[in-house]
Amino acid sequence: MADGAAHLAFLLRLADDHLILGHRLSEWCGHAPMLEEDLAMPNMALDLIGQARALYDHAGLVEGKGRGEDDFAYLRRERDYLNCLMVERENGDFAHTMLRQLYFAAFMQPFWQAMTASSDPTLAAIAGKAVKEVAYHVRHAGEWVIRLGDGTEESAGRLRAAAEELAPYADELFEGDRVTAEMAAAGIAPEPSALRPSFEATLAGIFAEARLAAPQAPFPIAGGRQGRHSEAMGHLLAELQHMQLRYPGAVW
Amino acid sequence: MSVALTRERPAGGDVARAFAAAAAVVDPEIPVLTVADLGILRSVALEDGVAVARLTPTYSGCPAVLAIELAVEAALLEAGFAARVERQLSPAWTTDWITEDGRAKLLAYGIAPPEKAGRSIRALFGEIEVACPRCGSTDTARLSEFGSTACKALYRCRRCAEPFDHFKCI
Repeated sequence: MADGAAHLAFLLRLADDHLILGHRLSEWCGHAPMLEEDLAMPNMALDLIGQARALYDHAGLVEGKGRGEDDFAYLRRERDYLNCLMVERENGDFAHTMLRQLYFAAFMQPFWQAMTASSDPTLAAIAGKAVKEVAYHVRHAGEWVIRLGDGTEESAGRLRAAAEELAPYADELFEGDRVTAEMAAAGIAPEPSALRPSFEATLAGIFAEARLAAPQAPFPIAGGRQGRHSEAMGHLLAELQHMQLRYPGAVW
Repeated sequence: MSVALTRERPAGGDVARAFAAAAAVVDPEIPVLTVADLGILRSVALEDGVAVARLTPTYSGCPAVLAIELAVEAALLEAGFAARVERQLSPAWTTDWITEDGRAKLLAYGIAPPEKAGRSIRALFGEIEVACPRCGSTDTARLSEFGSTACKALYRCRRCAEPFDHFKCI
């Protein structure tokens, strides 16, 4: 059986990735370039935040100190959030948001697939639903990356710029440490590095159709799993936590 | 205990009545479908005099989940039961659990029903023909992966030119 602290850290990393990316996607609501995308992005945000809620709920039970989803989502300090840095990046333009979505979904698809066989039955149950939801996210983001990359000079240029900016953050998805090793040993989750071939294969197929050269990242950027965040995170949390900080304990 | 505050406690033979009360609750977003048509009502049991309904969400982030759970609890109370609703995540809901009756209701309501997926993710993305719920033509195009709710995609019929929702296969 895994160490409870590692189990909790693992669940919070996963939940925080989903909460923060869900929050970023929700920022597009009312600002998307077309009505269909104005519906699509909040819908994907709902999937991600729904998955985060289930994960926080489970984290509360694993921790056993009575904390629930709202405590984890709203009442922690920046250093306590363990999401990867890619998901907290500002949305940038539509190409940037779609490419980030593709990176994350292409990683989560094999992750959730493996998690359906997790030795943690609650995680396996969450994965059973999420694995189908993420398949739609990969398709949606993939179609946009192809359309933009194989589109006009302007759209292809924006996609290339997004790729250059996001590439240094991809490695962090596959980072391994004591937490991931304990999860793998306990049969709770795969080592993220084991998912890289599947991730690369998904991207390679889409990038080829998008006529996008695979971006190089000589200097990977990481730190989120240890709670070290970029400047963007503080601004994001100010918005995300505003209601609970202004009206502590507010419920509806 | 005061009589006025005591709800009628039904005997064990009333499981069917409790199930019928819960099963008649309609989905707030697609009000032609009941929770039984959708297949999200997994079970109703009487446990120590309490009617316990178990429901499973359609999507992780479905915003109607809480409304549906409250409506089922209210329906059971209305039928004279002490009631509790539990959320059951596993096995994960699939559109294959929508009943034949439910599919016919969706079609009549103007939503193209989901095709049967089985268990394979690959089958979700096989080449599928989505027939227009208005004119029946299969000459249709997907406009957006995500429609008015997470469970629907937006299509357009090329023959009658009408847009329509398609209940996605999941």
